[in-house]
Amino acid sequence: MEYAIIFLPLIGSIISGFFGKKLGDNYSQILTSLFVGISAILSLFIFYEVLTQNYSNNKSIYTWISSGNFHVNWSINIDPLTSVMLVVVSLISTIIHVYSIGYMSHDKHKPRFMAYLSLFTFAMLTLITADNFLQLFFGWEGVGLCSYLLIGFWYKKPAANAAAIKAFIVNRVGDFGFAIGIFLIFFYYGTVNYNEVFDQTGLLKEKEIIFLGIEVNLITLICLLLFIGAMGKSAQILLHTWLPDAMEGPTPVSALIHAATMVTAGVFLVVRCSPLFEYSEVALNVVAIIGMVTAFFAATVALVQNDIKKIVAYSTCSQLGYMFFAAGIGAYHVAIFHLFTHAFFKALLFLGSGCVIHSFNDEQDIRSMGGVWKKIPMTYALMLIGTLALTGFPFLSGYYSKDAIIEFAYLKGSTIGYYVAGVGILTALLTAVYSWRLIFKTFHGKYNNKKNQFSSIKESSLIMIIPSCLLAIGAILSGVIFKEIFIGNDTLFWGNSILFLNLITHEHPPTWLITLTPLLVISAIPLAYYLFIKNLLILRIFIQKNQFLYNFLINKWYFDELYNFIFVEPAKKVGLFFWKRGDVNIIDRYGPDGLSKIVKIISDKAVNFQTGYLYHYAFVMLIGFSVLLTYLILY
Amino acid sequence: MNFPILSAIIFIPLIGALFIFITRGSQKNVEKNSKYVAIFSSLTNFLLSVFLWFSFDMTTSNFQFVEKKIWMEGFINFQLGIDGISILFILLTTFIAPICIFSGIQSIKFKLKEFLIAILVMETLMLGVFCSLDLVIFYLFFEGGLIPMFLIIGIWGGPKRVYSAFKFFLFTLLGSVLMLIAIISIYWITGTTDVIKLLDSKIIQEYQYLLWLAFFSSFAVKLPMWPVHTWLPDAHVEAPTAGSVILAAILLKMAGYGFIRFSLGLFPVASDYFAPLIFTLSIVAIIYTSLVALMQDDMKKLIAYSSVAHMGFVTIGIFSLTKQGLEGSIIQMISHGLISAALFLCVGVVYDRYHSRMISSYGGLVNIMPKYALVFMIFTLAALGLPGTSGFVGEFLVLVGIFQINVLVAILASLGVILAAAYMLWLYRRVIFGKLASAEIKEMKDLNTTEIYVFASLAFLILFFGVYPEPLFETVNISVNNLITNYQDNLNFHLALKNN
Repeated sequence: MEYAIIFLPLIGSIISGFFGKKLGDNYSQILTSLFVGISAILSLFIFYEVLTQNYSNNKSIYTWISSGNFHVNWSINIDPLTSVMLVVVSLISTIIHVYSIGYMSHDKHKPRFMAYLSLFTFAMLTLITADNFLQLFFGWEGVGLCSYLLIGFWYKKPAANAAAIKAFIVNRVGDFGFAIGIFLIFFYYGTVNYNEVFDQTGLLKEKEIIFLGIEVNLITLICLLLFIGAMGKSAQILLHTWLPDAMEGPTPVSALIHAATMVTAGVFLVVRCSPLFEYSEVALNVVAIIGMVTAFFAATVALVQNDIKKIVAYSTCSQLGYMFFAAGIGAYHVAIFHLFTHAFFKALLFLGSGCVIHSFNDEQDIRSMGGVWKKIPMTYALMLIGTLALTGFPFLSGYYSKDAIIEFAYLKGSTIGYYVAGVGILTALLTAVYSWRLIFKTFHGKYNNKKNQFSSIKESSLIMIIPSCLLAIGAILSGVIFKEIFIGNDTLFWGNSILFLNLITHEHPPTWLITLTPLLVISAIPLAYYLFIKNLLILRIFIQKNQFLYNFLINKWYFDELYNFIFVEPAKKVGLFFWKRGDVNIIDRYGPDGLSKIVKIISDKAVNFQTGYLYHYAFVMLIGFSVLLTYLILY
Repeated sequence: MNFPILSAIIFIPLIGALFIFITRGSQKNVEKNSKYVAIFSSLTNFLLSVFLWFSFDMTTSNFQFVEKKIWMEGFINFQLGIDGISILFILLTTFIAPICIFSGIQSIKFKLKEFLIAILVMETLMLGVFCSLDLVIFYLFFEGGLIPMFLIIGIWGGPKRVYSAFKFFLFTLLGSVLMLIAIISIYWITGTTDVIKLLDSKIIQEYQYLLWLAFFSSFAVKLPMWPVHTWLPDAHVEAPTAGSVILAAILLKMAGYGFIRFSLGLFPVASDYFAPLIFTLSIVAIIYTSLVALMQDDMKKLIAYSSVAHMGFVTIGIFSLTKQGLEGSIIQMISHGLISAALFLCVGVVYDRYHSRMISSYGGLVNIMPKYALVFMIFTLAALGLPGTSGFVGEFLVLVGIFQINVLVAILASLGVILAAAYMLWLYRRVIFGKLASAEIKEMKDLNTTEIYVFASLAFLILFFGVYPEPLFETVNISVNNLITNYQDNLNFHLALKNN
């Protein structure tokens, strides 16, 4: 059964990729969706087994690499953490497969698209079912590859190509840290297998090592290096720049990869490595701070963006920040819970945005929308549900998970915990503001689109709406149903898959805390309505007075410009310098070219000796003879 | 084993070349016949070497299939034999040779007969390098390889072929002369050039340093290491596709093989002493050439520079002298042999059709050549070391190996992995993606059947060894263990000697 879950998407991908032309568009779409669908059903079954019977399984398929004591297996490892991820990945993937049939109906390369989607699902499944760091790394780079392929799916668009490469390379920077983390693990543990590593960690927790001349704690260093990988994949601040650009890809891709699954792999990694992180206070604090900063930073940027997908992308970035700071304060299960609910409502928001974009004939700028909520009621309803869930409106899924994060942070009782909780509340407010801005600008107010007639705006086809409705159900109910199982006070669900050294219970969070966030969030609705629909003047004046701040935000804190200036341009210049100066002007000039020049000069000179005149030769002979004679006489 | 299978493998291509040489008749007939002979002899040879692999005993580290013929009484014996390390290179060579012949048949427009002879002679010489167990014989094969390669570049090359051919010859010969002197002095010191005996004898420490440097100068140029790498881009650019393939896939590996067999085997003390030098040069090579590759506007030059970077990993792995490092670098060499061959063939495909190697001439090829885009993508990913391709296994193990010896080197080398992604993907984007660059390239045809088979077989091997490299590990395992043990024993021996 485990084999089927993992390999069915791969088989579907291969068939659709290589024989897509022969099969025809319809068959390859149905086939891939069906295979991923079966995989999803089986995943649900496994999840049920885990839930009811504590099912777990660790299968090795065969040896991958075996060199001395470096031994790695291909494996399938099922435990509670994996089972949750299995459900998220395969279920959302199935929904997106079906949605794509509608969304890509005008595209010429449907089989290729489906093949990439299925391949992505396969890579993601190998990532979460790994029982060792190397297979995790395989899946990790594999999903990166699929992300690259799918962002650049419309290969004629230069922006899409640039974004694809950027995504891959920024991720590679993260993977660089990740790989060094793996080397370090192997060096000190002699293995890269999770269980063997985690079992030894308790013994090694005090170990200090000299790393590049600096004395550091081994576990801290490993955790930080792994976290660099997680930052790349989950688009945390400093390595986040690829995610907004990745929105150049088709919208279903954004929903699946850049919202629900791949970008959460970093969170998964941190939670999976909880037996390591638990032993390092420093690493956990770094995780919490990076998460906190990202959550805040991305929310501020989202406030002023105008591209509908970019707003949702920054929102994803921000929510991932929440997950990280949940993990950073040691509430790993809450992080996964938020990952779980987030997958539903964020995928829903993206699919909803996809419907909006479809209805507006590929318009993405929210300034050119507005006033259409009556024309596309289904889309409107879906977006509304997504937004309510995202902002944490009471009793929808986001309410349970996001508020739990804030509560846990507060109850942690440490300085970091209070900071994090504070920023969490502030960010929740910002989230509500930018989300409602999106809704109001898109659906309410005046109709601002010049390219399309108002009457031409149509609801998307059912094949797009129905899968979105499934997500909407998830966005509404996933919180209330799974709350007790995932983060209940006496839940035994997680078993050994997550290690808590000192578990925070949230028996009694103070009442003001429980009510504060929902109140703020709800009060943001009229506020946003007033600012963005009723009275635009206030904002305009505010922007004019704070031009600098506005530019700072709309340019995303100038990260792209900075990186271009620090890394990209110098790399090109240095490369050119090495080539033109180093290779051509120094090595070649003084090496082979110089040598042959010298030979030529000498031989030119040597030619002069052969004049052909007998008396020249006789003269030279005479001199030589006399030198020889002198030498013999003297010595 | 009575049948001299190694000699057979070495000389079958030569015999094929001989047959081609004596074919007579009309131009058309000669070409047809020489094609058949070349394909037949190289494929037979491949099958024979696969048979060799199956009958190879993986449980011993001794040299197998040893053949010995007295050549000069008491001085040089024609001695052949293989162990787990050399057999992989033999397989690589016999696999790549038919591919070069197919490529040559497709793209060489004049003097095809002579071209095929050159390739077959080349194959014989390269196989000789990997089989020979006598220093002098090794030297003959090793340097003999220069001549056909020189001709391949000089006759069938591009416009600047003469300059490139001479540059290639000048660089490589310089190193070789020193190696010859070293071989002669080894004979003076030990009284033999028999490698099996030499591996057991312990050369006096004081001599080792100079001898090591002499061998190093030859191998460093061939590999090539920074700063003696500048012949490689020029040679690649001017060489015909098949020439580039041989050069990148096999010729460079002879140097890596030489490092493993001779530098480590004969001069362990010096290898230990000079390892930091190797690390430094390799790191410089990896970062320097990766950055240079980023800025190339000629596809072949870009891939050539990336080869230098990849070979940097190989030398790092070899001199890390750890199990993972050594096995990693062997796998990296095999995998780079396949990947670079494939990439040069990819360039060859578009060059045959449009006669330009400039990246800017192309763009948007995916619109007209989807199959080509697919295979090129696979090889690009393999070149940047994506897990699941053989490139990853080699690079990763090398890094695991070196990390145990020197953390800084490991970290700097890992930077090369980021840069590799940058230059390979950027190349791919500029050539394949985007709108069709010009109306002229619209006429280009997608891969034909021969090309599909060639690329499919390469892609299959790259992916297969990416997910299941076990056959390679099994083959080299014992030999590498033995190599490391001998090396350590030897070091300890000299250390003890010094302390007394």
